[in-house]
Amino acid sequence: MPYTDATLRLLGQDGVLVHDDRVEKYHHAIAHLDEADFREFYRVMNVVRRFDIEAGNLQRQGHMALWVPSIGQEAAQVGSGFASRAQDHIFPAYREHSAAYIKGLDLVDIIRMLRGVTNGGWDPKKTNNFHLYTLVLATQTLHATGYAMGIGYDGACSTGDLEKDEAVLVYFGDGSTSEGDTNEALIFAQSYQTPQVFFLQNNHWAISVPVRVQSRTPLFERAAGFGLPSIQIDGNDVLMSYASTRLALDAARSGQGPHFIEALTYRIGAHTTSDDPTKYRDEDELKFWQAHDPIDRFTTFLEARGVESSFFAAVTEEAEDYAADVRKRTLAIEDPPVEEIFQHVYSENHPVMAEELAWLKTYNASFEAGA
Amino acid sequence: MDEVPMAKAINEGLRAAMVENNKVMIMGEDIAQLGGVFRVTEGLQEQFGPNRVVDTPLAESGIVGTAIGLAMRGYRPICEIQFDGFIYPALDQIISQLAKLTARHAGTQSFPVVIRIPYGGHIGAIEHHQESPEAYFAHTPGLRVISPATPHDAYWMIREAIACDDPVIYLEPKSRYWYKGPVDDASPGVDTYRARVAREGSDVTLVGHGAMVSMLHQAAEVAQGEGVSAEVIDLRSLSPIDYATIEASVAKTKHLVVAQEAPGNVSVGSEIAATMTEKAFYVMEAPVLRVSAFNTPFPPARLESQYLPDVDRILDAVDRSLAY
Repeated sequence: MPYTDATLRLLGQDGVLVHDDRVEKYHHAIAHLDEADFREFYRVMNVVRRFDIEAGNLQRQGHMALWVPSIGQEAAQVGSGFASRAQDHIFPAYREHSAAYIKGLDLVDIIRMLRGVTNGGWDPKKTNNFHLYTLVLATQTLHATGYAMGIGYDGACSTGDLEKDEAVLVYFGDGSTSEGDTNEALIFAQSYQTPQVFFLQNNHWAISVPVRVQSRTPLFERAAGFGLPSIQIDGNDVLMSYASTRLALDAARSGQGPHFIEALTYRIGAHTTSDDPTKYRDEDELKFWQAHDPIDRFTTFLEARGVESSFFAAVTEEAEDYAADVRKRTLAIEDPPVEEIFQHVYSENHPVMAEELAWLKTYNASFEAGA
Repeated sequence: MDEVPMAKAINEGLRAAMVENNKVMIMGEDIAQLGGVFRVTEGLQEQFGPNRVVDTPLAESGIVGTAIGLAMRGYRPICEIQFDGFIYPALDQIISQLAKLTARHAGTQSFPVVIRIPYGGHIGAIEHHQESPEAYFAHTPGLRVISPATPHDAYWMIREAIACDDPVIYLEPKSRYWYKGPVDDASPGVDTYRARVAREGSDVTLVGHGAMVSMLHQAAEVAQGEGVSAEVIDLRSLSPIDYATIEASVAKTKHLVVAQEAPGNVSVGSEIAATMTEKAFYVMEAPVLRVSAFNTPFPPARLESQYLPDVDRILDAVDRSLAY
């Protein structure tokens, strides 16, 4: 049983709201959500899942070197993503496709990176502060913490204005908790009392290594050892993900320091398209988590509230259209010009870049001229 | 400014940059009230406050990683790493992140982070406190690597490093920290990326950086007594390297000796030797000779005089070069 007694949820695994003393404050945190918000949560989870499947197919058909699926983790990301405010900064790892979508990223930009036409893909200033994916595990936790230190130095938090005070949300996984950088980030964050939420998606597997190899202690308890307020939530409960992140971000932006959320979820798919989970994963475990699918649970919740079947059908259709559009635009991606190798290595002029680009152009031209 | 030691020159350079731009901040271990183990940041927290001169937890990756985040926020962080041998925990953040983030952002975000590292031997210190790690950084595209040899250069080069929008590794020759020299802080500054002809000569070109430059001066002085005129070039920048100045000198002297405190294998000196062989093959009358530390770990300090190149080993290379 992967959940623990400490696991907090608002939406039971049967899709029915849970009430007990421990979670009342989280119910309060979703009280302002209305029917349209719920429908939006559902829509995003479905559109991104369909996108994810399409991207996997595109990889299998040779249009990308690699794909990184996020299937099964939609609720953790959609709840936390929607909980962030417009002024917040999001530092993702590399599997946060739903959070990216919420922040307005064109998901084809992620494909561009995994197709190999860019090592980045977008300008965070134009994606509502959704920063670049980071492939070296846990390094982004320190970038996020430094950014949050800057917010503090700027006096851009702790004024009491929730609509203006800034905060940082950083995503990372269970494997990353073993990296030194995560631990250093927790130390710096606590030391400088940064306006920051550490959002750990514990999807139970770091490629082929189960989380018990990373830690014999529940990971949220480890954060408590650093002095951060920390909780463990059911990451497949989109409402709890929203509520806990909302409260933690607002506390952090209000001067109460960094907070830590461990969201228990599951990587239904492979680590990447290069992985083969059948070599190391127990079929029963997969079945357990498939039976606890975050979208299914939320569907049950919405149906019980009387959401009409035409809504679900419309979302399915939108998701299909989105996937088709992604496919079309992926196939139209062109290779970058050769200048890209040199162009942005430095911000200022650099003689070696200029010299090597000139050499390569001359060299390439020699073939064209001599042909 | 009167004659000041290099440590004070760097201190004044930091101070001037912080006065000029309130986004400039310093972070590192023991840099605030203590003023750093070499006192290079002495008095700065008092003047600029705890948000601009920040004592950090004891974690080098954390220092550089958070500096990256601060740069994203618009700050211009200067990281002090306490000793050369303590930089390695930060290498991932430097090599995989800092050096590549500008390109990863397609130039939409610059990373004006300076990493100050006291480096080099000749101080008789314990292990990990006397190393010359410059090759790791010079090998890494996306970084600039500079190292001053005089207080005047130290003052202006730290200012240049801070003003630069690229990440800069600023290697401070710690054995020169307490040697005094004139600093003209009213001058137009120095050209950090142009090597300096520190002494003119006509028979052999001696190239080095940091503390090695004073060693080369001493060698040139001795050579002079033996009738050999040595030109001394202070590289200032190890990435990029100003080959034009070396080329111009070699065109005159036809002999080139490169000296460094680092082990010779795959070193900055190796790169200069290879490149100058390409650029000046027909001009030179001898192969480029390297004078380096041995390809061993830095030995216990009582052996450092045998490990590090000294005046005699430089002169030995001069003799060998001229004998071709």
